[in-house]
Formats: sequence, C-alpha cells, structure tokens
Amino acid sequence: MDLSAYIVPVLLLLCAVCGLRRKVDVYDALITGAGSGLQVVARILPSMAALLCAVYMLRASGAMELLTGLLTPLLHALGLPPEVTALMLIRPMSGSGALAVGSELMARYGPDSYIGRVAAVMLGSTETTFYTIAVYFGAAGIRKTRYAIPAALTADLAAFVFAALSVRWLTA
Amino acid sequence: MAMSWLWAGMVALSVLCGAVNGRMAQVSAAALEGAGAAVELCLGMLGSVCLWMGVMELMERCGLADGLAAALRPVLRRLLPKASADAQTLGALSANVSANLLGLGNAATPLGIRAARRMARDCHGVAHDELCRLVVLNTASIQLLPTTVAGIRAACGSAAPLDILPAVWLSSALSVTAGLLAARALQAVWRT
Repeated sequence: MDLSAYIVPVLLLLCAVCGLRRKVDVYDALITGAGSGLQVVARILPSMAALLCAVYMLRASGAMELLTGLLTPLLHALGLPPEVTALMLIRPMSGSGALAVGSELMARYGPDSYIGRVAAVMLGSTETTFYTIAVYFGAAGIRKTRYAIPAALTADLAAFVFAALSVRWLTA
Repeated sequence: MAMSWLWAGMVALSVLCGAVNGRMAQVSAAALEGAGAAVELCLGMLGSVCLWMGVMELMERCGLADGLAAALRPVLRRLLPKASADAQTLGALSANVSANLLGLGNAATPLGIRAARRMARDCHGVAHDELCRLVVLNTASIQLLPTTVAGIRAACGSAAPLDILPAVWLSSALSVTAGLLAARALQAVWRT
C-alpha cells in the first residue's frame, strides 16, 4: 500500500469536512477559487506565448548552450546543474519569464527528472525580487533602499543552492 | 519597459547565434513552436491550478488564514519589534505573511503595502532595518502550496505533481533564513 497516494484525496476530504462543520459553502468556495485560477492562467497565457517564443528561439540558436557554458564552472562550484543557468538569471527580473524558462526545462528534461525537479523547486521557493522591492518601496515612498536588494538577492541565491540540495536529499 | 528590452535582447541574441551557428531555419521554426507550446502548457495546467486555488479558497474560508496570522504574530514581534508595537501594522503584517503562505498573491500585496506605508512614516525615504527585513520576507516567497508550479508539472505529465512540496518548503525556509541573516550582517555596515 502506498501511503503517499492518500495525501491528495484525504486532503480534499478534510477540507470538505472542515468547511461543512464551520458552515462554509464548500462548493461555492471551490468554484470561486477555480474561477480565480482561470483568471491567473488567462493572465499568464499572453506573456507565456511571447516569452516561450523567445526562449525556444534561444534554445534553437545555440545561445542557451553558450550562456550555460559560460557559467558552468561557477554553477559547479555551487553544486547546481548548469542547465538551470537561464532560469537563475531571469528569476529575480521577470516572474512570467521565469515560468517560461522553467516550464521549458520541465518539458525538455521531464518534470520528474533531476533538472525538472530543481527547476520546479527554484520556481516555488523564490519571488520576482526586483518587482516586489519596486512595489513595496514605491508605495511606501522609499528612495534609499540601503541593503534591501543585496539581502533579498542573497535569499534568492540561497534558494537556488538549497533547491538543488533539497531535491537531492529528499528524492531517493 | 524592462520587459521590452529583455524580450528584444533574447530575440537579438537568438538571431545572432542562429546566424553564426547556421541554425536560422531551426530558430525560425522554434519561434512558432514556442508560442504554440505556451498555449498547450496553459491548457495543461488549467485544471490543476483551478482545483488547488479552489481548495485554497476553501481553506481560507475555513479560517486557516486567520489561524495562520495569529500563529505568526509572536514570530513577527521578534522579527519586527518596532513595527509590531503598533496593533494595526502588526495586523496588516500578519495577514500579509499568512496570505503569502496560502499563495494568495492578490490579497498579500495590498496588505504588505499597507504595512510598509505605516512602517515608513517619518523615515524620510530611507529604508530602515525593519523595512529591509519586511522586503526580504516578501521576496523570499514561502508558499505552502505552489499552485502554478504544481500546474506546470501536471501539464508536463508528472507522475505526482505535488511530490516536490517538502523540497520547496525546505528550500524556502532556508532561503528566508539566509536573507534575514544577510540583512542582519549588512545592517551594521550599511549606514546610509
């Protein structure tokens, strides 16, 4: 018997029971959430079409290999697979760009491969750093950001390194 | 504008490398192939994203967001003591981090902005230490259920799209820690 097969069905059941006990309209919550999911994907699609076009062109032209080759020694030193170079470079700058590069990696190497998993964990454990800083400090009227950017980029770099490590640790 | 330069740069690099490597025919085909792949990917991830966002909405209505916010308050008091002294700022902060945990980006940003604004009163446009820490908390996304990534994995045919969760949690937690440690180390040397 495979216990991990129980996680998703039991999670769904628990949510439903918990909602009913608290007199929440379970079905309405599900379809409202699904509706916002539809909006999320609809918002992603146009930028993904533009960016995946560019990413596929980069891959076909050989530019991706060039970029990867340049940074391979550095990435080896950090214990990272060189294939994820482009993902790391674009991640703090553009959220949809990172999704495009990451999904190309997952499609190319397979979502359950080492590289596919590392790409997924990197996407899941980082944010679009520059965008977030611009939004928060812009709204708060901050002009001197002091060490906020280097500290946030340290967190990103740590997330990349630990993404590769945790995939190795947690997938036998 | 930044995205325009990024996109133009990627296309320019592709054309240049394609010409040098004599692979222009492949580059030309890839442009259309990529745009088509985007549609396939979005359709493939739609089901999974809808389901998990529905579940997250349900969890929020069950009071999970409020519970998380309450559990976060002691942590935030230690991390941002000056901001937490003000009850309204602490309320916005805890709701911001809890919305981030649940992956409710649309709800998290306005809450975080409200907290940042209150924290930035009388600091004359210079980010003080607690504001820098708030930004680190928000840029190192800690998400309990990364719905979009799970959706992409499902669209690519993963056997178990959610089995990356422990790795995502571990690497998020360690990255936030690293960011906060870096902020702590830099705050002594970075005066202005």
